[in-house]
Amino acid sequence: MKLEAHLRQARASGRKLLVPYVTGGLGGVWMEAIEAVAEAGADAVEVGIPFSDPVMDGPTIQEASLRALDVGATPAGINADLATLRIGIPLLVMTYCNPVAHMGFERFATLLVEAGVDGAIVPDLPLDELDPWSDAAGAVGLETVLLAAPTTPDDRLRRICERSQGFVYGVSLLGVTGERLALSSQALEMARRLKRTTDKPAVLGVGISNAEQAVEACSAADGVVIGSAVVRCLLSGGGAEAAGAYVATIRQALTDAGASADAVAG
Amino acid sequence: MTTSPSTTRAGGVHLDPPGPEPVGLGRFGDFGGMYVPETLVPALEDLTVEFRTAWHDTAFRTEFAELLGSYAGRPSPVTECHRLSAHLGIRVLLKREDLNHTGSHKINNVLGQALLTRRMGKKRVIAETGAGQHGVATATVAALFGLECRVYMGSVDVERQALNVFRMRLLGAEVVPVTSGSATLKDAVNDALRHWVASVETTHYILGSVVGPHPFPWMVREFCRVVGDEAREQCRLILDGRDPDVVVACVGGGSNAIGTFTGFVDTDARLIGVEAGGQGLESGRHGAALSRGVPGILHGARSYFMQDEHGQILEAHSISAGLDYPGVGPEHASLKASGRAEYSHATDEMALVGVRLLARLEGIMPALEPAHAIGWLADAVGRADGVAVGSTVLITLSGRGDKDAEQLAERYAGAFGLEPVERDERPR
Repeated sequence: MKLEAHLRQARASGRKLLVPYVTGGLGGVWMEAIEAVAEAGADAVEVGIPFSDPVMDGPTIQEASLRALDVGATPAGINADLATLRIGIPLLVMTYCNPVAHMGFERFATLLVEAGVDGAIVPDLPLDELDPWSDAAGAVGLETVLLAAPTTPDDRLRRICERSQGFVYGVSLLGVTGERLALSSQALEMARRLKRTTDKPAVLGVGISNAEQAVEACSAADGVVIGSAVVRCLLSGGGAEAAGAYVATIRQALTDAGASADAVAG
Repeated sequence: MTTSPSTTRAGGVHLDPPGPEPVGLGRFGDFGGMYVPETLVPALEDLTVEFRTAWHDTAFRTEFAELLGSYAGRPSPVTECHRLSAHLGIRVLLKREDLNHTGSHKINNVLGQALLTRRMGKKRVIAETGAGQHGVATATVAALFGLECRVYMGSVDVERQALNVFRMRLLGAEVVPVTSGSATLKDAVNDALRHWVASVETTHYILGSVVGPHPFPWMVREFCRVVGDEAREQCRLILDGRDPDVVVACVGGGSNAIGTFTGFVDTDARLIGVEAGGQGLESGRHGAALSRGVPGILHGARSYFMQDEHGQILEAHSISAGLDYPGVGPEHASLKASGRAEYSHATDEMALVGVRLLARLEGIMPALEPAHAIGWLADAVGRADGVAVGSTVLITLSGRGDKDAEQLAERYAGAFGLEPVERDERPR
């Protein structure tokens, strides 16, 4: 399945895009969690392949990563499990550069594609270091999603939007992943800049924690990534069910907001 | 492009002209680079331009040289070690970075970066620290320049180096214990980077070694190279115009070693970096990234890192918190690849031998980090892959041993034939 084509189609149908994140290998629960969040109205699921030193992640995903590594999570093991999933929406993998480079870019990209993964996010591979990976990913048809940040200048933002595949991931604040009390004041401006720059799906992530924030973000963006809040459901023992229910409330809020916006417009 | 200034002389300190820049985006051969989240890229690009401009600006260089003289106490002397030389059958010269203000070579880098912070108009700095030496040095210059300062330190190290934590706080810095991961130096770097992602518009990150994303490995080398450039001229005075046969320095991240090597890279001297052998390379409990690590990407750069078969970073182990880092600066990786420098290791036990030799024969108590270099040398004289009898050897004594006295007294007194000193229970 093509990630960008799928998301464009969903957007064209008037739907806001919802991309929940689940830490791969998180003991006993992560596979069911992917199925539950897919069932609950996700448009794609982002699966983390844990790394020992996740510098873009806050405490929740750090803890999930370490727990997963403690029970023996590996890139090969996670991908072998992903290959067995049939969720009907695209899968993308988020990981850091070292596990990818250690396996080799070509092998890693091939591993993902063979597992049925459609896209990849490697946050410590910025535009300037991208070529060896994007060559390898492109060769096997894997889409690479790039991050844009509030600090990114306009000319650079343009180049990021040109190179990003699947969607463009707008970082909603200055900081790492984790739940926040309110949507960052920089989030909507980030989304508006993306929308001015590209017609690729513009999805905000990092620090978007609940339905209210998701609705606010989607007033300017095409969609949101929800990571730490979903992972917290899993860490606190709620299981796949809690993660699914959480994502369902966000989907419902996005749908309701869309309906009332249509009513106003109509 | 400004023209390269020639030698800068101020405050009794000489600075050689700026050295060569890494190629492209911070490449030293196949190593280096800028592997960071997008949020940091614009700040690193700005920092690169700011540093390049400042480093070619005579006024900046003059102020740096003056501070190195009047504040840090440079030039640091080169001491000929007559009794150690007689004991080992070689001629040993020591570059005395232990005599600098704050007790190590770290002051050179932090003075440079503090000047740059002020030049960029930022009022706040953060730093990571392992043993606490870089944290203390950063807290020191933050006080000197009136900058707000926060230091990230692994909670394990906070415990091990309680005295340095107190020193940093006394100097006005905030010390943040890091509990993530292994709660040591690599995790302190992680948390400093995470915090920098959130504060990059107002805050400069004073990285403490020649590691991290471009331009840090290049910039920190340039601020540290005064060590090697001074030592080369001082050796020539002592050695009637000759260079030493061998130059040795300890390597954690590698800032004192790269600072030293840069002064000698164009001479015929052999360059030898000594990594932490911990409890022996076979034990797996060591910090020898170049000897036993493989190429990888961490903390913004491609270099050698200790990692498992899936690319997860391993914990380093060393008697010295300053060498307790599972990686090494990219320029060292490049010097190893080109063969211009050689890298070996010394175990915890050899480091203790180094402490004893220098203390008893020269009346100098080294920090545990450079004690690895001394201990390695004591073991290497006469060995085929070591140092020939009769050689002249310069060692950089990167820091003094005061910070380690407590640890040695409590845990390693036996290595010196002494009774251990009981530790007082401190209130927490």
